Amino acid sequence: MARLTGRGFGKVRPGRGVVLLCAAVYFLLPLAASVIFTVDVPGQGVNFDVYEQILGAEGFVSSLLLSLELAAATIALVLLLMVPAMVALRLGARRLRPVVEIVCALPLVLPPIAFVAGIATVLKWGPEYFSTTPLFQTFVAVQNPDFPVVLVLAYTVMALPFVYRALDAGLRSIDVPTLVEAARNCGAGWAQALVRAVLPNLRGALLNASFLTLALVLGEFTVAQILKFRPFAVWIVGIGGSEAQMSVAVSVLSLFVTWLLLLAIAAAGGRTPSPTTTEK
Amino acid sequence: MTLTAPQPKAAAVDTAATVEFRGLRRAFGDTVALDGLDLAVRPGELLALLGPSGCGKTTALRMLAGFEHPDSGEVLVDGEDVTRVPAHRRDAGMVFQSYSLFPHLSALDNVAFGLRMRKVRTGERRARAAELLELVGLADKGERYPHQLSGGQQQRIALARALALRPRVLLLDEPLSALDAKVRLTLREEIRRLQQELGITTLFVTHDQEEALSMADRVAVMRSGRLEQCAGPAELYGRPATAFVAEFVGTMSRIPGTLVDGGVEVLGRRLPVDGDAPSVSEVDVLVRPEAVAVRADDASDARVVATAFLGATTRLTVRLADGTEVKADLPARETAALGAGAAVSVSLPERPVLVAERRH
Repeated sequence: MARLTGRGFGKVRPGRGVVLLCAAVYFLLPLAASVIFTVDVPGQGVNFDVYEQILGAEGFVSSLLLSLELAAATIALVLLLMVPAMVALRLGARRLRPVVEIVCALPLVLPPIAFVAGIATVLKWGPEYFSTTPLFQTFVAVQNPDFPVVLVLAYTVMALPFVYRALDAGLRSIDVPTLVEAARNCGAGWAQALVRAVLPNLRGALLNASFLTLALVLGEFTVAQILKFRPFAVWIVGIGGSEAQMSVAVSVLSLFVTWLLLLAIAAAGGRTPSPTTTEK
Repeated sequence: MTLTAPQPKAAAVDTAATVEFRGLRRAFGDTVALDGLDLAVRPGELLALLGPSGCGKTTALRMLAGFEHPDSGEVLVDGEDVTRVPAHRRDAGMVFQSYSLFPHLSALDNVAFGLRMRKVRTGERRARAAELLELVGLADKGERYPHQLSGGQQQRIALARALALRPRVLLLDEPLSALDAKVRLTLREEIRRLQQELGITTLFVTHDQEEALSMADRVAVMRSGRLEQCAGPAELYGRPATAFVAEFVGTMSRIPGTLVDGGVEVLGRRLPVDGDAPSVSEVDVLVRPEAVAVRADDASDARVVATAFLGATTRLTVRLADGTEVKADLPARETAALGAGAAVSVSLPERPVLVAERRH
């Protein structure tokens, strides 16, 4: 086995190289071209004025912060919802698994535009219909522009398919019922068994789920735009609209911001001993 | 590998618990896992629950651990009804069939997990865990993670973890079935030695009769949710109470015979019947391979159809004239001339034999 892999490494495999090269060209060439286009001003050489303009523009910090807050709230909500549900599916209600799987996949087939149209209708109709009840205040509160809870709720639904997949993969690699029973046999109650024996082994899956949710929330435009909120994606489209160089610069910038945040999450999650045991 | 018990044996046996199952019933949908199981385990003994898969042995064990609840019946530990006590307060250490160590914790932390749940102080916890690791011969593997340990080592750590809280009962749910043959043998002996040194009442679930007979003080053979027989290994093998036990424990051949006033006619001679005879006259005589005598006989219609070399003995499979196959164990040196196809005659010693209703 060792010899086989050794040979694999030593020998150049032209097939792989070609694929890697094609992929690199496909992904990196447009990116490089974009970066060059934004920094290379004709007649003035290389400068970063466009980026300075963006960073100095009104709303950069506030919209980015709003997006981060939304992302944090969405991650918290979707994990609180899905982790107990999916662990419960493994422990007891196995028959409900296909049901949950289908429900969680629905947001994929539902176009965001249809989704947000429904939300917008409810938000319009609700306050009128409930104007004399305390629910009126609720409708106002969820649309608070400083922190639109309605976006968190919408993003939670939209993140379900990704979170389901990520958690399902993580749960597949561990034997949840046995771990819970072993923990209970050692004197741990239900809650302790979950927190001490199951969750630590789902670290990778939780991280992946957070990753995907963060990327989704940072890049989401349709729902936020139509409901007239202004998180990062909406702001960035607004500012880049008129000028060619500026609009390319904002997309490059948003790409790097997302990358940086994903790297930050990865770093925060750490890469200590892999919880998935492969040697079994 | 030396094993040292943390406490003297006498003291341990004094405190060992009794376990009793009373009329346990449990059905999963249409499947009846336990159909009125009554069984008592004596203090400090290792009792093996033996039976084919689906006989309810694991369900019984899991009821004692608190992972299953009976539809009716009671589980008693030291005379105290624990049927309604939740699993985490049961005071029963369990080793699971599948590898059940917490993958994110080192071996030492795995063993210390229960102590942590009981809020034992860190220093004391580590000392106790280290002591237990030494007990199972893995004192130097404390910092390893489960995926860095072999299957046998993982099960030893699991054993140490099960013993960490000084439980009243030790439950072993086929702990050796995932291991390879050689590791299984050594670990089997070690578990037995450890159990005897600690004097802890132990229930051991297995479908491997050799494992049960070699380790246990008593073996409880189960079939379809009920107890067939509970006895010491020698009695179980020598005087099985039912035809099921006779055939499940060890190898048994059936030879057709006829009941004739108190005796049974088989292979051309009349032998006394051991135990109760069935009411029909057409019966099968149950014989162990070591009780069957085989010798070369050119006049006979019986033929050797297969031989299997087992070391000290060779197991011959002989087909009688009527098509019945009989297994016989002979000292290896006597079987040199008895290859497949050899004509032989088969006889039984002048001893009482077990009979069972003829199976069609």
